[in-house]
Amino acid sequence: MAIITISILQPSFINQKEGDHTLRRKDFLQLSAMGLGATMLPNTNLLGNPIDVADLLAPGIDAAAKKVLADVALNTAKSKGATYADIRIGRYLSQAIATRENRVQNVSNAESFGVGIRVLANGCWGFAATNDVTKEGVAKTAERAVAVAKANAKITDAPVQLAPQKGYGEVSWKTPIEKSAFEVPIKEKIDLLLNVNGIAMKGGASFVNSSIFAINEQKYFASTDGSYIDQDIHRLFPSFNITKIDRALGKFETIKSLSSPVGMGYEYLTCGAADKVGGIITRYKNRYDILQDVTEATAAVNQKISAKSVEPGKYDLILDPSHLWLTIHESVAHPTELDRVLGYEANYAGTSFLTMDKLKTGNFKFGSDKVNVVADKLQKGSLGAVGYDDEGVGTKQWDIIKNGVLVNFQAIRDQAHILGLKESQGCCYAQSWNDVQFQRMPNVSLMPGKEKLSVDDMIKNVEKGIYIINDGSFSIDQQRYNFQFGGQLFYEIKNGKIVGMLKDVSYQANTREFWNSCSAIADESDYRLGGAFNDGKGQPAQSNAVSHGSSTTRFDGVNVINTARKIG
Amino acid sequence: MAILNKEDAKKLLEKVLKYSKADECEVSLNGSEGGNIRYARNAASTSGDISTMTLSVNSIFGKKSGSANINEFDDAALERVVRRSEELAQLAPENPERMPLLGPNTFKDGVNYDAKTAAATPATRAELVAKSIAVAKEAKLEAAGFLENTTSFTAVLNSKGLYAYDKGTDVIFSVTTRNAAGTGSGYAARGFNDITKLDTFSATKIAAQKANGSATAKAIEPGKYTVILEPVAATYMLENMFRGFDARSADEGRSFMSKPGGGNRLGEQLLDEKVTIYSDPFHPELPSGTWSREGQALEKMNWIEKGVVKNLSYSRYWAEKKGVKPVPFPSNIIMQGGDGGSVEDMIKSTERGILVSRLWYIRLVDAQTLLLTGLTRDGTFYIENGKIKHPVKNFRFNESPIIMLNNVEALGKAERSISVESYRSYLIPPMKIKDFTFSSLSDAV
Repeated sequence: MAIITISILQPSFINQKEGDHTLRRKDFLQLSAMGLGATMLPNTNLLGNPIDVADLLAPGIDAAAKKVLADVALNTAKSKGATYADIRIGRYLSQAIATRENRVQNVSNAESFGVGIRVLANGCWGFAATNDVTKEGVAKTAERAVAVAKANAKITDAPVQLAPQKGYGEVSWKTPIEKSAFEVPIKEKIDLLLNVNGIAMKGGASFVNSSIFAINEQKYFASTDGSYIDQDIHRLFPSFNITKIDRALGKFETIKSLSSPVGMGYEYLTCGAADKVGGIITRYKNRYDILQDVTEATAAVNQKISAKSVEPGKYDLILDPSHLWLTIHESVAHPTELDRVLGYEANYAGTSFLTMDKLKTGNFKFGSDKVNVVADKLQKGSLGAVGYDDEGVGTKQWDIIKNGVLVNFQAIRDQAHILGLKESQGCCYAQSWNDVQFQRMPNVSLMPGKEKLSVDDMIKNVEKGIYIINDGSFSIDQQRYNFQFGGQLFYEIKNGKIVGMLKDVSYQANTREFWNSCSAIADESDYRLGGAFNDGKGQPAQSNAVSHGSSTTRFDGVNVINTARKIG
Repeated sequence: MAILNKEDAKKLLEKVLKYSKADECEVSLNGSEGGNIRYARNAASTSGDISTMTLSVNSIFGKKSGSANINEFDDAALERVVRRSEELAQLAPENPERMPLLGPNTFKDGVNYDAKTAAATPATRAELVAKSIAVAKEAKLEAAGFLENTTSFTAVLNSKGLYAYDKGTDVIFSVTTRNAAGTGSGYAARGFNDITKLDTFSATKIAAQKANGSATAKAIEPGKYTVILEPVAATYMLENMFRGFDARSADEGRSFMSKPGGGNRLGEQLLDEKVTIYSDPFHPELPSGTWSREGQALEKMNWIEKGVVKNLSYSRYWAEKKGVKPVPFPSNIIMQGGDGGSVEDMIKSTERGILVSRLWYIRLVDAQTLLLTGLTRDGTFYIENGKIKHPVKNFRFNESPIIMLNNVEALGKAERSISVESYRSYLIPPMKIKDFTFSSLSDAV
């Protein structure tokens, strides 16, 4: 039996695009053996126990039965002295299919099922979790959570200040999917992936990896505020990675897919002409055509291996949404997390160059007038979209940066008072039933330009620039000042025209200078989402799924470096 | 009870194996016990305990395999998990790379378990953290840190008669101290099998010195500098290279171990002669597991000897394909020290250079040269004429460990250090490196 207790004395909080925090101790052996060409599949220890594929579609216990369990937990907590309690009954399902070239490497179906109970007693948080999902099991766990809270209260001075939240009664929310990925036979998915690999190999790729990852979070939340919230959340990520090797030169290049992890069902892979964005390479909006993408990516990798190595210097950058999402994630979304601002993540992801003072002045110029950034948990198809967060707050949207000025941070119920807010912003999340919920990044997106502007028109005005598509290498300091980003595809712009492909490109900038150099944003017709399953935070680390939207955006005079080196 | 001894684990696994009807079957137990405590702003913020044990069954029919896990151990549950894995195997696609299970082998018992660490309680952890917080308060700094101890065991039994058992303990600790003005920051990280070796008091003292000592940092021009990397900085940089000691990705032409024209760099002088990197599960300072997941015995092995690539890992599949002996990945990695002395000695012998306490957010920029980028943090100092002159603002670097280990001026004594990203322990010396490339400045503290 898993026995897990986590006690919380203060709101605790971080960030993990910081990579493989899963790579611990013995896992080293296996991960090393994966080699360098493996596709990115999320943290496998989150996946739970392997199950039969048919069980992915089997319903869990129904809402009425969950309500009975929830009431047992909430009543037990109250009778033991809790002033507030919440319970999350979670069933987390996942399926991962991985292939390389002409063979299947792995098929896994997994389930994790259990209960996490959080209570406030004597002004302090306590948390306990169990996989014994019975009346007796949840009662015992509620009791343990109260005991943990009371023990913690003895060594804490400042009581938790919880923003009020009205109860919603019995409500439910479901990701608006058209087709559950679990309903699609494994064989059909394998055939699709092997078809992708076949196209790449036929096109001259040296190696190709492809995968489909699907998850379903069935979460039931109940609290002493009178909420009973049943949610059914679906996410999907199809992807591939192509390698082209020139053995004679001893060189290789890789290109990855232009897909994005999405808060959608399998319909993401049915893509009509309306969801294709034409241009130097086809990009995708709302839906994704993996076969067309692999065809074009294979041609691009062939071109990339003999592309011109970039001349370092200052360039105007035109950044596609498939690239810009990651820059937004690292340089805007992370530094506006309130826990980082306050110092709770100092030992892990670090703090923030943004401070309470900068927010309070009301005139801190984060970016140029064109920069408007909005946080939300609502956008259809986004990874952050849910009806209610993991502490029973209805989701919403709010401004973070308005006309270039910093106007808000990200906060949950026990932080709202710090910002002078009357209610939580609804961005509390736990990666699983056995992890405690805490403030996590919502979708944080750059608003499209207000005036009509196409990408072509934007490129026409650039004298010396680089057009970057898709994300690559990323690194940023612990206060989010200095960053360096790579990409997948780089096109040189000279006198308003794309003149050819470049390679070995990375750009370095200071966050504030970079966002103040933003000089043009394409209109809403170009707006698209990118995102990641593995936004990390906390010690021990938890993963969060988040999307970031934008239209193609121009930044002036950014420092570009050449990353080619020679060894041996 | 999440930790079973060698005999009890075997008894339980034998019982499970009796239910198997597959061509081949491998059953394993993984258990862990331990706890953690996290603190920030000089107060504990969260703490947790965990105790879990999982039984995994892998059933194999021809080239098809399926696995299932369970954490209940009554007879009905044991049979159920075996049947489930068999059903999954029958449904699975064939894996042409699947290798037959290995037969019996003898493995030496590891020395990576320490009873004192296994006996650690929440009170032990709280006491260790209290010492750290006291140092920070005394130095008028704010500390944020994390301490976690784990006891774990793994036991594997298969239908060909192979049985292997491993039990180990581990404790990791890290602390960041910052001044109230936000102008100075220091860090220390430690990892041990034996918790009595963990001195949170002196580690936090070092972090505090770095924080107070780095408070008046001046900006100097980025460029190529001689650097002294403290072990925690060097470890994070090199961990990225250790993952590439793999023959398959090298043979496939997609690693820094690939040889131009085809093949890999085995036998090639890739690094400076001062560089020797090996693994040894019985090293008293860094004991680790004595067998691989596939059931191969792990012994002392050189990976880089005097700069020459001596061994690369070969999976059993790849070894068969290439007609060579399989070489499992190691369970620890040690870089041999040199005669460069302590960090202080290295500073004394440096005319002009930079002392780097810690590196941060290292990411791969180019896989073929292993070019990495990242930043310095928590104490970066300018050295002139054998002395620390003043703290300097943090830098971003773009450098490859391969290039760096061709520019070694001196190596100090290897010491136990942890990666600040994976929290894995290594033995790594402090090192003096010439022409290390800093590409820009950062305002971060």
